[in-house]
Amino acid sequence: MMKLHDLLLQKRPAILEKWFQAALETYPADTSRFLRREKDRFANPVGHAISYGMEGLLDQLFDGNDSAKVSSLLDDIVRIRAVQDFSPSQAIGFIFTLKRIIRDVLQSEIRSGNASAEELFALEARIDSMALASFDIYMGCRETIYELKATQVKNATLKLLERTNLLTEMPEHEPDSNDDSDGK
Amino acid sequence: MSDIPEGTPKPEQLAQIRYKPPRRGWMDKPVELKKGTYCYSARSKFMEYLNLPNAREWNPTEGDWKLPADWKQTILDGMRERLTRFRSFRLFMDICVRCGACADKCHFFIGSGDPKNMPVLRAELLRSVYRNDFTAAGKILGRIAGARELTVDVLKEWYYYFYQCTECRRCSVYCPYGIDTAEITMLGRELLNLVGLNIGWTIEPCANCFRTGNHLGVQPHGFKDSIDFAVDELEEITGVRVEAPINKKGAEILFIAPSADYFASPHYYTLLGYLALFHEIGLDYTWSTYASEGGNFGLFTSHEMIKRLNAKMYAEAKRLGVKWILGGECGHMWRVVHQYMDTMNGPADFLEQPVSPVTGTRFENAKSTKMVHITEFTSDLIKNNKLKLDPSRNDHWRTTFHDSCNPARALGLFEEPRYVIKSVCNNFFEMPPNTIREHTFCCGSGAGLGNDENFEMRMRGGLPRANAVKYVNEKHDVNILLCICAIDKATLPVLMQYWVPGVEVGGIHEMVANALVMKGETKRETDMRGQPLNNAEEKEHV
Repeated sequence: MMKLHDLLLQKRPAILEKWFQAALETYPADTSRFLRREKDRFANPVGHAISYGMEGLLDQLFDGNDSAKVSSLLDDIVRIRAVQDFSPSQAIGFIFTLKRIIRDVLQSEIRSGNASAEELFALEARIDSMALASFDIYMGCRETIYELKATQVKNATLKLLERTNLLTEMPEHEPDSNDDSDGK
Repeated sequence: MSDIPEGTPKPEQLAQIRYKPPRRGWMDKPVELKKGTYCYSARSKFMEYLNLPNAREWNPTEGDWKLPADWKQTILDGMRERLTRFRSFRLFMDICVRCGACADKCHFFIGSGDPKNMPVLRAELLRSVYRNDFTAAGKILGRIAGARELTVDVLKEWYYYFYQCTECRRCSVYCPYGIDTAEITMLGRELLNLVGLNIGWTIEPCANCFRTGNHLGVQPHGFKDSIDFAVDELEEITGVRVEAPINKKGAEILFIAPSADYFASPHYYTLLGYLALFHEIGLDYTWSTYASEGGNFGLFTSHEMIKRLNAKMYAEAKRLGVKWILGGECGHMWRVVHQYMDTMNGPADFLEQPVSPVTGTRFENAKSTKMVHITEFTSDLIKNNKLKLDPSRNDHWRTTFHDSCNPARALGLFEEPRYVIKSVCNNFFEMPPNTIREHTFCCGSGAGLGNDENFEMRMRGGLPRANAVKYVNEKHDVNILLCICAIDKATLPVLMQYWVPGVEVGGIHEMVANALVMKGETKRETDMRGQPLNNAEEKEHV
C-alpha cells in the first residue's frame, strides 16, 4: 500500500486542475473563460486569488500545518465570494468540493485498497476544518460589511445633528476641575 | 408534517446543488434586481424641482414601475433624436465588431463576474434595440441580426446595468475603434430619464445644486460657517491665521472646489491645505457661495443637466469680476470643465488666459476654458521654488497615488500630481503599471453609484483597485492612498476597510499642508488630521 501522502503528491496536478475548474464553474461560462485565461494578477484578481489560493491550500493540506497561512489563503478567496452573487453555501462550497475531487482522482487506488481509509479519513477531517475556518471568515466579511454600512449611517446622522447645533461636544477636560472642591 | 406542501424538495434533494449556471443566451435572461447591487429611485420632490418628466414615488423592486402610457414611443423618439444629434452615438451603435478587447477591462466585470458588465454587452443592451428599430438588417432579420424589441423587461435591464457603470472610461482605452462606453451609458441614462427612471443619488444632488449651488443644499451662511471653522482649525494646527475671502468682488482668481471638501472627511484636510497654500503665496482669490460645488451630477443624468448645473461657474466668475478660475481636487468636475464647459456655457471671453501671479507661468492648456487644475498650479509653484517645504513632516505616511478616472482619462493629468506628492512626501510607491495612469482602476462608486444601497456592487467594482493597493501595502507598507477626487475620498475609505484594512485615504493638498513651512508658524505638533508628529527633524524651522 502506498502512503496517501505520496499518492496525493503524485496526483496533485490533477487534483488542483479539477478543483480550480470546479470553482470556475460557479461563474457564468463567459466569466470562467476569462478567469482561467488571464494570468496577470492585477488584471484578474479573482482568478488569481482562486488559483494561487488553491495551490497554497493544497500545499498546506498535504505538507504544511500553518493555520495562519491557511486562514490568509482562505481569506483571499472567501472575501471575494462574500460580496459576489453567491449564497453563503455557494460562497464556501468550493472547500467541500475538494473531498469529492480527491476521491474521484484516487478512485482506482481507493477501490484496490491502495489508499489507506484511515489516512483518507484524516485528510477529509482536515478539509472539514478548512470549511469551518471558511465559515468564520465568511461571517467576518459579512459582519464587516454590516458594520461599515451602519457606521456610514451613524456618521451621517451625527454630522446632521452637529450641523444643526443639536449636539455640543463634551470638552476633553474641564480646566481646574481637580481644584473644584465643592464636590463633583 | 402534513403542513409541508406537495413538491417541497426533500433534504437530500436540497443537498444536490448544481453550482454550474445554466447556459442561456443573454437576451433570454430577465434582469433580477438583487439587494446590494441596484440603486434606489429618485424622490418625486427632487424630480419636480428640476421639472423632470414622470415625477412620482416608485420602487424598482416592485413589478409596476409606473411608466407613462407612451413610454415606448418616448424612448424610441428619444433615441432617434439623439442618433441625429450625436454623430458619436450612431457611430458607436454601428461600428462595434464585438472583438472583445473591452470585455475584461471593466472593474465591475472583473469584480462581479457578471458578463452583462462587460462593456461590449452593456452597450449591446442598447444596441439590440437600435438594430431592431433603426437598421434594415435588424428589422428584417430580427434576433439573427442581434435585434430585440424594446419591452418593459429590457427597460429594467437598462436601469440595472446603466447604473452599474461608473462612466470611468477604462474600457474605451482598449477599444480599437475608440468607442466610449461611458458615452453609451450617458445616453442610456438620458433615455431612461425621459420616462422618469432616475436614481436618488444623482437627482437629489442635482436638485440641491440647482437650488443652492452645491450637493448638500448648503446655503451661503452655512458655507461661510464651514470655511470659518476651517480657518480656526488651521490656526490651531499652524499658529497662522489665514484669510479666506468669500464672494469678494474684483479678486484675481475664483476658486471652486467640491463641496465635500468643506463638510466631509478626509476631504476636509485637503481644504486646510488649500487655505494654507493660498495664504502662504498671498493669492488674491475668492470663494463663491453659489459656485460652491465643483461636482456636477448632471454628467450622470443628461447633457441638459450638465449645462444647467455647470452654468454657475462662468456666471459667478463674471459676477465677481475675476480674471480666471482655479479648480480644486475634484474628479468628474474636470471632465465637465475640459470637455463640455467651453461649448456649453462658453466662450468665457470676459476672462483672461490664466497666468500664475506668483511665477508668471501662462497655462496654455487652459487658454480656452480659463480654468486651471490645482495640481498644475501647485506643481508650477514648486518647480519655481516658491514654496518652502519640509517633506519629513509626512514621514509617517507611506504613500501611493490612485489616478482618479476623470483627471487621468478625461484630462490627461498624470505627472503633476506625482510631482507634487514626490516634492512633499519622502515615501512614494507606485502601484503596478496596468492599474495606474490611463489604465487606472475606478473606485467603483462614481457616476452616482456611491450610495449605501449599492454597497455590494461597490465592493465588487472596487476590487481591482483595492487589489493593487493591497500589493503595495504588503510590499512597501503603504499606509495612505492619495487621490484628487471627492468621490474617491468619500468611497475609498470603506473600500480599504473591507479589502485592505489599515490603509487610509487622503488628498494631495493635505500632504502639501503638512509639508508647507509657513511664515510665522508655531512649532508643528500635529499633522492636518491632528495626529502627533515626531518633531525631531523639525527643529530647524521653528
